[in-house]
Amino acid sequence: MKKLVLAVSLAAASTAFAQAPIKIGLVLSSSGQFADPGAQLDNGIKTYMKMHGDTVAGRKIELIRRDTGGIAPDVAKRLSQELVVRDNVDILAGYVLTPNAMASGDVSAEAKKFMVVMNAATSVIITKSPYMIRTSVVLPQVMETFGTWAATKGGVKQVYTMVTDYGPGHDSERAFQTGFKNAGGSIVGSVRFPVANPDFAAFVQRAKDIGPESIFIFIPGGAQPAALGKAFAERGIDKKKTKVLGSGETTAEAALKAMGDNALDIITGWHYDYKLDNPLNRAFVREFNAMHGRNPDFFSIGGYDGMHAIYETLKKTGGKTDGETMIAAAKGLKWNSPRGPMSIDPETRDVVQTIYIRRVQKVGGELMNVPFDRINEVKDPDGERRKKK
Amino acid sequence: MENGRPAASEYFQRQVRWHPLEYAVWLAALLPFVLTPSHLSLASQIAITALFALSLDLLVGYAGLVSLGHAAFFGMGAYSAGLIAKHYWGEPLSVLLISGIFAGVLGYAMSHVIVRFRHLALIMLTLGFGLLLHEAANSASALTGGADGLQGFKYTSVLGFKFDMYGRAAYAYSLAVLFICFLVTRRIIHSPFGLALRGIRENALRMPAIGAPSLSHLRKAYTLAAVVAGVAGALLTQTTSTVSLEVLSFGRSADVLVILILGGAGRLYGGLLGAVIYMVARDQFSGINPQYWYFWIGLLLVAVVMFLPNGILGGLSALYKKTQ
Amino acid sequence: MLSSLAAVLFDGFAYGMLLFLLSVGLSVTLGMMNFVNLAHCSFAMVGGYTTVMLMNKLGWPFFATLPMAFVTAAVIAVVLERVLYRRLYRATDLDQCLLTIGIVFISVAAFAWFFTTEQQSTRIPEYLRATLQFMGVNFAVYRVFLVVVSLAVTGVLIYSLEYTRFGAQVRAAVDNQRMARGLGINVDRAFMITFALGGGLAGLGGALAIEIIGLDPSFALTYLVYVLIVVAVGGLGSIGGSFAAAVVLGISDMAGKYYFPWLGAFLIYLVMVGLLMWRPVGLFGKR
Repeated sequence: MKKLVLAVSLAAASTAFAQAPIKIGLVLSSSGQFADPGAQLDNGIKTYMKMHGDTVAGRKIELIRRDTGGIAPDVAKRLSQELVVRDNVDILAGYVLTPNAMASGDVSAEAKKFMVVMNAATSVIITKSPYMIRTSVVLPQVMETFGTWAATKGGVKQVYTMVTDYGPGHDSERAFQTGFKNAGGSIVGSVRFPVANPDFAAFVQRAKDIGPESIFIFIPGGAQPAALGKAFAERGIDKKKTKVLGSGETTAEAALKAMGDNALDIITGWHYDYKLDNPLNRAFVREFNAMHGRNPDFFSIGGYDGMHAIYETLKKTGGKTDGETMIAAAKGLKWNSPRGPMSIDPETRDVVQTIYIRRVQKVGGELMNVPFDRINEVKDPDGERRKKK
Repeated sequence: MENGRPAASEYFQRQVRWHPLEYAVWLAALLPFVLTPSHLSLASQIAITALFALSLDLLVGYAGLVSLGHAAFFGMGAYSAGLIAKHYWGEPLSVLLISGIFAGVLGYAMSHVIVRFRHLALIMLTLGFGLLLHEAANSASALTGGADGLQGFKYTSVLGFKFDMYGRAAYAYSLAVLFICFLVTRRIIHSPFGLALRGIRENALRMPAIGAPSLSHLRKAYTLAAVVAGVAGALLTQTTSTVSLEVLSFGRSADVLVILILGGAGRLYGGLLGAVIYMVARDQFSGINPQYWYFWIGLLLVAVVMFLPNGILGGLSALYKKTQ
Repeated sequence: MLSSLAAVLFDGFAYGMLLFLLSVGLSVTLGMMNFVNLAHCSFAMVGGYTTVMLMNKLGWPFFATLPMAFVTAAVIAVVLERVLYRRLYRATDLDQCLLTIGIVFISVAAFAWFFTTEQQSTRIPEYLRATLQFMGVNFAVYRVFLVVVSLAVTGVLIYSLEYTRFGAQVRAAVDNQRMARGLGINVDRAFMITFALGGGLAGLGGALAIEIIGLDPSFALTYLVYVLIVVAVGGLGSIGGSFAAAVVLGISDMAGKYYFPWLGAFLIYLVMVGLLMWRPVGLFGKR
């Protein structure tokens, strides 16, 4: 009788343990200037969980969402701390903006918590904690590769760079110029736009006066790409004569809609577009449309793949969530995503993925980023350089 | 007592004496250690915001100078604390003092231009200088780390107490600094200088006629407000070991002004009360509804204005007078 | 080089016209009613989202949505004025700030709720998307359109304030409320109509701005600073002042970015600070 009671209570205890949910603290910017990226990232997460269920390794996944309100590293750090200390989360995830991710890296390192950066794209973020992985994109990963491509297969020898005067802009400028110069190209000039710049006419006019062979632009999403496209049209830049090279944000869905035909022939390098033609992406977009009434973007895929990385890692650790076990399991993870094949570099813990070179074309009356070239398994060159040091 | 009317010194003595309610307030500030030990990081950030609001009260509530660019001094203090720790040494108390002084120097320099103006021109000039400083910090990204924030420094402890994830040392430190600065400010408000400031606020034209040099008083107030704001900024950097451009942003200047008006300007405790209410409300609302908490905060602000004119303290004191 | 200069000047002028449309309502209400309405750009958002909804959901043509943008914003302005603002005419500036900031927050959350945080765009008719070539310089038709509309609005405003009876009543009410009431002028009605006008103009500006600067719920906060700059530099209550300030700011912003790109964002703030230090009441301000 005693043995039966013991056996039953042990069984009950172990199922009770197996039932304990895995808590993920999700730190996003859900309000303010960066509310849309935050919303799209969250939508990607929700879509993944709808498609793959909310239970992994016998345990339920519970998300606790917190809002930083925008760029607020002090708030982000505090929220991450509170998630660890107050809510006892097992995993920290999200992080749309670089300063927030940087500050929260300290928390991950100190508390030894597995952390998944699902958007912030600055290279050094990954060095902030040995328990951190990233599933979005790293700016030098795209821009330096794009620069190299432009000077070689792209057939361009000169470029005039125009970037927004802030962190990601500076990083992109540096990375693109490095790749471009190392592949034999030359920089004929550069200019930086102020961050809050509603009108590009003056800068585009300057570019036109110089008459370069190609122009490289990096601007944040939102209202700016449309304004830039218009400036190109109004100032009469012929994209067939002057190649316009940009980041994928510049030709995102909303930007294409607003720019209209002004966007034709812009060449961009990026890691994801909702029109990518593979079965996984078609399924993802279909589910996303049904759930949220709009199309996913690169913020969404960062969230989607972030959840996938968490699920796969948990499957490997059998539900164990301490930092050491999780990061050991996450290193070297490889999978097929709607964006193509991707993996987590075992040394740098950063994302390795395919960079697509696309051109804006009209297909069936609709403007699209049509990929015409790709570079596979691209690692973050800055991360590689750090390895050597 | 002369001729049955109290002398000036007795007036000041009466003002300076502590009301029992004040003791209660400061004792209550110790409650978070016991009641909400897992919210001490939030409490620390509230204390810092309260200090920042107190510094703005000196300008808005007492000197009558409305500033929409006060974050310039907060940011100056914050970056000083970060840069000194990065390149020189990381002892918090000495750096706190130095950062406050740097902010004060900037305030003194700007005061020569600012205090000549009033009304909308004053507000827009403070806004303009704040925005210019923000842009300058963005451009000097080699020094400041730009939009990504200053990297490569860490404050590990203060007076032997480690800054940990629970925020105990952070809150104790912030609260202590807030209290000390509050005592100093209180003393200044209830001095002839403070009285002169209020006189200037009420009627700037008359003051020189009774021998109070308006502009120089205003400059002193402006500098003092800058020092305290700088101390608050340095405190934030030290307790979080992070500093980025947003400490200089228009958003911070606007937030602290809203907080001060909410609590009630010119009442010493207004900024403190506003900070507590605004930040607790924000934390609670955004926890419940991360995407639309703005709505509830907006509703709170509208409600306060409609029912409690002159801020919460102002409205409460008006109600109190009515019941007398 | 001269054609580049002409292009930059024209673009700056057009940008200034956009700022003017967005700001003139605030200058009027702030100057005439002494009411600090920081929710002014929320009215612009109302107009913008009205246009977006009518065009994208109901398929209205662009030009038809513009009067609706004006009317919707004006109606909402009147409702707010009757329900909330009129109780605070005698409150302190600080209290008015707090109230209107609260309204801004509410409006930002409300629009995010109804329209999501997505960037909105308009499908303006093809002929407005073209560019004109004139003396070797490219002029965007939409910018020309903006200039024409702004000049028309300026003309109508100045005419109605200077040459109509209603305008005289408003000016009287502003100069001396008690006297005006004593003379039988319905001051409350004058204020209400002025407020409606200011809000409506903001709505129109917001609708026209979408093509140039886009629209999302954070618009009300982002552009508040620029609008305040125009109003302060131009002088409260002066339509001509807002016009002049907007032109100066628009052109110096553009020209600055063209000739001194490294100055970038500094220039517009430097110009504002310089102008305010020289003339604190604004270019055409009184008092």
